Amino acid sequence: MDLTETPEMAAFRAEVRGFLAARRDDFAGGAAKDVLGWQRALIAAGYAARTIPKAYGGYGAEPDILKSRIIAEEFIAAGAPRGMSGQGISMLVPTLLEVGSEEQKIRWIGPTLRGEIIWCQGYSEPGAGSDLANLQTKAVEDGDDFLISGSKIWTSTAHAAQMMFCLVRTEPRAAKHEGISYVIIPMDTPGIEVRPLKTMTGGSEFNEVFFTDVRVPQSAVVGGRGRGWFVANTTLKHERGMLGDPNATEARLNALIELMKTETVDGEALIANPIFRDRLMQLQGRILAMKFNGLRLITAQLTQEPVGIAALIVKLQGCELNHQLAALAIDALGELGILYSDGPHLRAQGRWQWNYMFDLGLIIGGGTAQIQKNIISERGLGMPREPKPAVA
Amino acid sequence: MDFALTQDQRMMQESLVRTLADASPLDRVRRFADDRGDTGADVWRALAEFGLAGVVIPEEHGGLGLTLLDAALASEALGAAVAPVPFMGAVLAPIALMRGGSAAQQAQWLPKLARGEITAAVAISESVAGARDGAGVTATNGKLNGKALFVPGGVAAGLLIVADTAGELHLTPGEALDSSGRTLMPGIDETRRLAELTFDDTPAEPLCGGPELLAALRDAAWVLIAADSLGAGQAMLEKAVAYAKERRQFDRVIGSFQAVKHMCAEMAAELEPCRSLVWYAAYAFDNAPPGVSGEASLMAAHAKALTSEVGRFVARTATEVHGGMGITDLLGLHFWFKRLGLNRQLLGGPERVREIAARLQGLSV
Repeated sequence: MDLTETPEMAAFRAEVRGFLAARRDDFAGGAAKDVLGWQRALIAAGYAARTIPKAYGGYGAEPDILKSRIIAEEFIAAGAPRGMSGQGISMLVPTLLEVGSEEQKIRWIGPTLRGEIIWCQGYSEPGAGSDLANLQTKAVEDGDDFLISGSKIWTSTAHAAQMMFCLVRTEPRAAKHEGISYVIIPMDTPGIEVRPLKTMTGGSEFNEVFFTDVRVPQSAVVGGRGRGWFVANTTLKHERGMLGDPNATEARLNALIELMKTETVDGEALIANPIFRDRLMQLQGRILAMKFNGLRLITAQLTQEPVGIAALIVKLQGCELNHQLAALAIDALGELGILYSDGPHLRAQGRWQWNYMFDLGLIIGGGTAQIQKNIISERGLGMPREPKPAVA
Repeated sequence: MDFALTQDQRMMQESLVRTLADASPLDRVRRFADDRGDTGADVWRALAEFGLAGVVIPEEHGGLGLTLLDAALASEALGAAVAPVPFMGAVLAPIALMRGGSAAQQAQWLPKLARGEITAAVAISESVAGARDGAGVTATNGKLNGKALFVPGGVAAGLLIVADTAGELHLTPGEALDSSGRTLMPGIDETRRLAELTFDDTPAEPLCGGPELLAALRDAAWVLIAADSLGAGQAMLEKAVAYAKERRQFDRVIGSFQAVKHMCAEMAAELEPCRSLVWYAAYAFDNAPPGVSGEASLMAAHAKALTSEVGRFVARTATEVHGGMGITDLLGLHFWFKRLGLNRQLLGGPERVREIAARLQGLSV
């Protein structure tokens, strides 16, 4: 254990801090004034798309997990917005880098990083949720093209996206996991219909997408025909890491502490209530533990040592803690906590209520809590899989 | 940045696990628990030979000169083995002597402790967990008066470190307090012997440091207890998983039922983060600047409180995974269950400790 910072890292931290201090006006209130301009500035400085090669529109730095962490910490400390983080940047780009053709990399990565192309992810289907490999959207060969028919669900940002990366069944006679391909589809292709999926938050954070004989060239396949399941799995792990990010959880904890210190009831700060205070301390302890668990994972990645369970629990714990933070905020606010939409008494734009509902969705999405527990017990503890029922 | 154990630390821990398997297997623990006359001297001798008696004592005084993190790793192994040894005093008393003792006191006591000739006990329960039943020790003119409760290893210790009600610490040689002043407090965890100490004009020497030293002893104790709970909890999880892979019902091993698997996954998901928190709390203690360190105290408090909560959950859940066997004496799982039960309350239950954590951050007056 040695958490002291080398002079090189201390200098890097000062550099990030200086960058943010000089641009404070660009993100007053925590959101970028000009989102695309901010994104371009971050890429130029190496604080977004840091390790993506220059040839593809990134900054081109060597992977350095410590510098990445310093960037994350300094952005949180300054209340500065991070670079864009849609599914194109966090999932498609790593996939293309790993298995895309040179042409695909050059064509798609740069504009995606700069925020010029918004992507959506077409994985889940009405009949393929936790059992994702059971997906039925089919792509039938037609000359040099595929004709795609079927439907996808839980497609966030599909209404705003220009492009979709999508899993479709190209080899209907192959085994379940081996008949799937990963394809890239322009959303304005005829035959695609996007319907917003309204959720309990009142917003439509997700969509349903319907395909009727949607024609895409076979060259739109990424990573080879029939390899889609393996291509998708290389990037699902990025999603699970993102969903349990301890830095984001810590930032929310800090916001909750601030709320409980400043908000009053009967003239007394919420933090003065011993029950709420104790709940806050319980969450702080668990969040600190996950933060240090994150440091342990970073070190293990640097030294290439296996970590097993420490990595498998991140999504389960991170999403649960976010949800509980929102629950505590609502409880501490009491009747104020039930306000939503707008109105003079609304606190924090109703964000805690929204998080309380939306974060429950994240506990379910990206691999449900129960699927996570299967993974932890099977891969982490070596327990046997549930036997398949005999076919009647 | 390096958030990992060193090769030496891993080897030390693995080798301690092997030593404990020889010196303190479950049947040895059981004999100790069943017979209050059994002092466990053979177990402590084996561990003293290993170096545990002087783990944090500087090399010039015959110890290993290691850190609280190393001691916490040892504590984790001791918890996993439910070992019946007075390890807390062996770490806390040297810290008290090194930070608050004179050169003469250090030279007099540290080598004896390092060799395992005598054991030490630290009586700080009233200051940390609160005074019960009128307990509390006062010091006047080099004499102690009053009672100290819940002193781990206090029945047999050859050196006592005692906090008075003003938060000052005192050193009392074991011979100054005969057996009439030391009463066993029989508790649920028979692998730990807690004592009630009664001082009656008992001679004592003052240590320097006052409340700052007391806070350091409290923090170190919390980290050691947290590590012990981590080890005990991990042992219970491993036993539950092993049992679930072996026990068959409805023509299947019960570990293939999701109801059972998920109980094990939940235990693992709660325990694993505790490991990182315990490491960090020990590291923060070892690297704290001199004086009161809010960071080290806060981390120690959270480590103690979180392992208490997780410990209770794991103790109960692992027992349930074992079904009826879990509650039998034959299986002996209850030794870990009780160890976790004791660790939760010792030197403050989680509610009290979290309130201290809030106070340390100015969130409570």
